[in-house]
Amino acid sequence: MYIQGIGIISPWSGQGSEPLIKEDHFAIIDPDYSQWIDLQQIRRMSRVIKMGVAAAHMSLSEANIEAPDAIITGTAYGCMADTGIFLQKMVTQKEEMLAPTAFIQSTHNTLGGQIALKLNCHGYNNTFVHGNTSFESALLDTQFYLAENPHSKVLTGSADEITTISHNILTRLRRYKKNSVNPSELLNTATIGSMGGEGTAFFVFQALKDNRSIAKLSGMEMIFRKLTPEESLNPILEFLKKNDILPAELSLLITGKNGDIRDDYQYDLAENSIFQNVPKAAFKHLCGEYPTSIAFGMGIASRAIQTGKLPSEMLYSGQPPKALNNILIWNAHTNMRHSLILLQKC
Amino acid sequence: MSSGVWIAGGGVISGIGMNLSECITAFEKMQPGMQEMKYLESIHRKTYPVAEVKAGNDLLASIAAESIYWSRTALLSKIAAKEAWQNSGLSEISAYKVGFVSASTVGGMDRTEYFMEEYLHDNSRGRLRNAIYHDCGSITDLVAESLGIEDFISTISTACSSGANALMYASRLIQSKMLDVVIAGGADSLTRFTLNGFNALMILDQEPCKPFDENRKGLNLGEGAAYLVLVSDRLAEKLQPWCRLSGFANANDAFHQTASSPEGIGNFMAMKRALEKAGIKPEDIDYINLHGTGTANNDSSEAQAILNLFGNTPPPLSSTKSFTGHTLAASGALEAVFSAYAIKEGIIFPNAHFATPMSNFAISPVTSFLKGKNLEHVMSNSFGFGGNCSSLIFSKDY
Repeated sequence: MYIQGIGIISPWSGQGSEPLIKEDHFAIIDPDYSQWIDLQQIRRMSRVIKMGVAAAHMSLSEANIEAPDAIITGTAYGCMADTGIFLQKMVTQKEEMLAPTAFIQSTHNTLGGQIALKLNCHGYNNTFVHGNTSFESALLDTQFYLAENPHSKVLTGSADEITTISHNILTRLRRYKKNSVNPSELLNTATIGSMGGEGTAFFVFQALKDNRSIAKLSGMEMIFRKLTPEESLNPILEFLKKNDILPAELSLLITGKNGDIRDDYQYDLAENSIFQNVPKAAFKHLCGEYPTSIAFGMGIASRAIQTGKLPSEMLYSGQPPKALNNILIWNAHTNMRHSLILLQKC
Repeated sequence: MSSGVWIAGGGVISGIGMNLSECITAFEKMQPGMQEMKYLESIHRKTYPVAEVKAGNDLLASIAAESIYWSRTALLSKIAAKEAWQNSGLSEISAYKVGFVSASTVGGMDRTEYFMEEYLHDNSRGRLRNAIYHDCGSITDLVAESLGIEDFISTISTACSSGANALMYASRLIQSKMLDVVIAGGADSLTRFTLNGFNALMILDQEPCKPFDENRKGLNLGEGAAYLVLVSDRLAEKLQPWCRLSGFANANDAFHQTASSPEGIGNFMAMKRALEKAGIKPEDIDYINLHGTGTANNDSSEAQAILNLFGNTPPPLSSTKSFTGHTLAASGALEAVFSAYAIKEGIIFPNAHFATPMSNFAISPVTSFLKGKNLEHVMSNSFGFGGNCSSLIFSKDY
């Protein structure tokens, strides 16, 4: 399927800029939301809904469509801030005098529902909430939908936010480092934990290529079997083979390196063997670690394919690629599962 | 070439029974599951009846053969998923390419609530084991790992239509030939979070709920889990499947974040598209398992949409939520299991507490347990917050 529009709201504004850090985590750079949402609604909407709605609008406008035929969303944590607000009030007010607003906005499908409401879109609408494969689950649903409805356009995206409570808990769980580091140093820290991040990326997909197509999503696979680095080589090669690509034909490998030694070792063996001569790039030092960050990675990789230019901040090994024809995005998750996405020039 | 998706088996745990056969008996004996709260600790105990699963976490943990520290949602999920597999006629899970697609709205919220009480006093406190399974996906992973499923795992959360959407996704996983078997459904435990949320919305009934009744006052919350085992044509040949999942559709009402449009636009579209997908006409439907929550708004929208689609003589219909309560993400799954089983056994479920037809709609649910029916096609409706509307159709095996 083909990417026709991309909307990203992230902590990073592109080549030559520093990602936005607030206290100890990556934080999104808020655009002027009044471009897409009226002021009264801006005040009422929670942050994750605002950013998601804005990114959805950005991708639709690039694809030059008013409304899609289907809306498919992925989010690991959903509306974390509103969930936290309602939970906190429920506990402190001992279940009394609670207003429903935060509860209403706490459901995971609030974003998908709000986009449908805003666009008056009665089409297929689904929300996946499977941790670090939430966005990939949504991509698979998009493939299914386009196979059944080949002339449709699907709006697919993800959004996850970080809150004080979630950051605190994830730090206690050692997902995030106790002491934050400079983003440019994140991938070289060799310590336990990454740094928290957040963001949203939306895409408009269609089955057929046309002159607006930005890049082709040629393949996507989730591997749920827990694989050691040795065991991961074959499934990765098989995935490439299924898409008629040899590892050496890749213009670029983008990994999900996040600066946590407990995660990053998973890439070493493949990087030094099957991908030895392939230039390597990363993206989590630009957006932080969060379960749907691969959508951000896919967004900037698609843009790189379209423009033929790779932001220099991304490359961490090898020579800058001369052409960007085939990009493999590989996310090796903490639980030893893997996600693979193949993007191609079209 | 047909690429059918068949129902090989199903399992349920709910406020009316610890397994499918107990639930069916409760329908037959007209025994709804709403009672005073016994297991959930809430100040609303005396105010709102709920349909709790009649077991504490210690008993559930022992039935599930899992840790007492698991979220209640995960315990319910494992018990129902295991029952579904056991009555599917399939051998070991490892013998097939199996996926697990589960729906949830609360995930491990039951444990997060305990965590928050301590955490809010001091943010370095709160047992982390109560926070790690907060998100819905981690509950699905826990259960999948415990069942030995590793070919595909996913979680869906579209409020009260989640369970139905899990079955749709599962159906596509089989039709695309990615998997041979998918255990699909949903699980939600009762939590103070949802109880207080629905209370704040003022849509809880202080009496047992009365779906489709003129004097309905709101819904009762329930809890539970239910799963169907979906199999491909190839596997179905060797089994005695209950029926086929022949049609499904999902549409968005695009009207309001929590309320349904008066004419039930999304409901109508979901039912109509599901009929189209199944290749049948409205008059072919022999029974509709309603969304039927019992709120004023939900039921009138659904009634209007049904009359618009089926004309003035809709098929027999009933809301099993009048027995199980509203089990949120699990509801679409519970009702899918009941609907598929209705075809297999030729039964129609009663709608409890129905007394007075709605004044605006010429539509009355079935009020007694009917046996010996020949049901060719059964429709199951699930409509939720965020405008998410889904409809499933189960058909006899041809």
